[in-house]
Amino acid sequence: MRRIRPRVASASPKSFKPVGMKEVYRLTIHELHQRLRRKEVSSREVTDALLGRIRDVDPQIKAYLIVAKQEAMEQAREADNRIATGNIAALTGIPLAIKDNMCTQGITTTCASKILENFIPPYDATVVKQIKEQGGIILGKTNLDEFAMGSSTENSRFMVTRNPWDLGAIPGGSSGGSAAAVAADACIAALGSDTGGSIRQPAACCGVVGMKPTYGRISRYGLVAFGSSLDQIGPITKDVEDCAIMLNVIAGPDPLDSTSRDLPIPDFRKALVKDIKGWVVGVPKEFFVEGMDPEVEEQVGAAIRTLEGLGATIREITLPHTAYAVATYYIICTAEASSNLARYDGVKYGFRASGSKELMEMYQETRSQGFGQEVKRRIMLGTYVLSSGYYDAYYRKAAQVRTLIKADFEEAFQKCDVIITPTAPTPAFRLGEKVQDPLQMYLSDIFTISVNLAGVPALSIPCGFSKKGLPIGLQIIGRACEEEKIIQTAYTFEQNTDYHTKRPPLSQ
Amino acid sequence: MKVERREVEHVALLARLKLAEKEEQLFTGQLNAILDYMEKLNELDTSAVEPTFHVVSHCNTMRQDEVKESLPQEASLGNAPDKAEGCFRVPKII
Repeated sequence: MRRIRPRVASASPKSFKPVGMKEVYRLTIHELHQRLRRKEVSSREVTDALLGRIRDVDPQIKAYLIVAKQEAMEQAREADNRIATGNIAALTGIPLAIKDNMCTQGITTTCASKILENFIPPYDATVVKQIKEQGGIILGKTNLDEFAMGSSTENSRFMVTRNPWDLGAIPGGSSGGSAAAVAADACIAALGSDTGGSIRQPAACCGVVGMKPTYGRISRYGLVAFGSSLDQIGPITKDVEDCAIMLNVIAGPDPLDSTSRDLPIPDFRKALVKDIKGWVVGVPKEFFVEGMDPEVEEQVGAAIRTLEGLGATIREITLPHTAYAVATYYIICTAEASSNLARYDGVKYGFRASGSKELMEMYQETRSQGFGQEVKRRIMLGTYVLSSGYYDAYYRKAAQVRTLIKADFEEAFQKCDVIITPTAPTPAFRLGEKVQDPLQMYLSDIFTISVNLAGVPALSIPCGFSKKGLPIGLQIIGRACEEEKIIQTAYTFEQNTDYHTKRPPLSQ
Repeated sequence: MKVERREVEHVALLARLKLAEKEEQLFTGQLNAILDYMEKLNELDTSAVEPTFHVVSHCNTMRQDEVKESLPQEASLGNAPDKAEGCFRVPKII
């Protein structure tokens, strides 16, 4: 196996850093695309370098539940054949990672749950199909909180993923494996899913870019359902340009998902413009309350001043129902989850407890042994809020408050182009810190969940570091279907700062 | 206390879960703490507010009723924990 030089965090922009053959794993999609197109490197070499990188760093990080080495090398050979004939698409020959709650034909899709431990999907999720059609290579499947329920990836039934910046800290969750893999250069980019912040919060914790698009923008076909009115797939990437490239590939209506929307699909790369002069950036006062982590406040405050310095007008706005978002969210998402997860009955696929003589016993044993504690807790809560006598008091009430939260955003966007907030209330917390207290864990999503309730798009971008060297994320929220404004704001910020060039110092 | 132990048992049955003694105790405490937190929503008067169950107001997305290829039987049964003669096999129902 090749030895790869240990890497230290560096502030110099990547474009000026000579990247040799052995370190192609450092590159972004757009950088690698140029090299592949010019035939300076083959997809086989790139894929081999990534597999080597995974061998070197993943024993520490534990981002991957499965590495599909053989399939990846096979796809790389096909990509090289396509490139040889001059047929190169946006992702041709680029190795990517997929969160393990999206179906991949022939490769296990476990949701980090015992109940799906040996499940091999007979079909690809639409997003996986789109990536393959564009020539992308699937390196493997990344770890997550079981069924995407969690904010730290500690709820995985199989292993705990670590933050590449600090192995004692959480990578965030639930797409913690995807975010950690991108941050550790163990893939070029990845897909995550976001029900209440599961792309943006881990992206913030790991110092990478993560976007949850508008609800309905991306097909959910083949994404294992958690909260169907909230779930959305999105990219986790090393920079904003890669985010736009991934969106171009996965956006669009799908006849297999009746909730996907037939929206015009712009070329999101056209939004890669370094200019936000005259734009109004809204800062919701409810997100900057006393008791906020001082380092997050400081870095987000500095980011606001940077945007102001670039010609944006900063305006204080109000999202008055922010304080009700966590309670609303955990009623709606658990209600939807309890209904969605009813399908795991041990009959058609997945785990079945052995030894049951009767059907009811088989259901109960299968589900009790197959689901982990957080999943059971949410199924219980969801079943309770939907049950006879409580439906109006909880579920209907939450749906009404959701109307108010959605209206808050509509009102706010009358006065501004984008809204910025911190992505998470603190930098990545310590492993084990919140596992015993579900309510504290739920509160780590406080800044991200109202976005899912309203169905609007939002992105997290690195905006600084804590004194201990942990990344801090800035959340940029846009009006429904206005991902382009988010991308333009993020790109302008990124190109005027150097946070995206920093990488964790991983030992080998 | 909003939820008594007895109610937790009932909800577990509805959810087709069988909780261990210790788990039932733990969940009773945690569900009460979480439901207490949810009380917060009652600060808001929502009597005149329509509920939002879905952010996109689609109404019945229709498609043509055409015969299309579907998963072959073998693939459909590929992940079955127990099968026989082209069917899923389950314990006695009646």
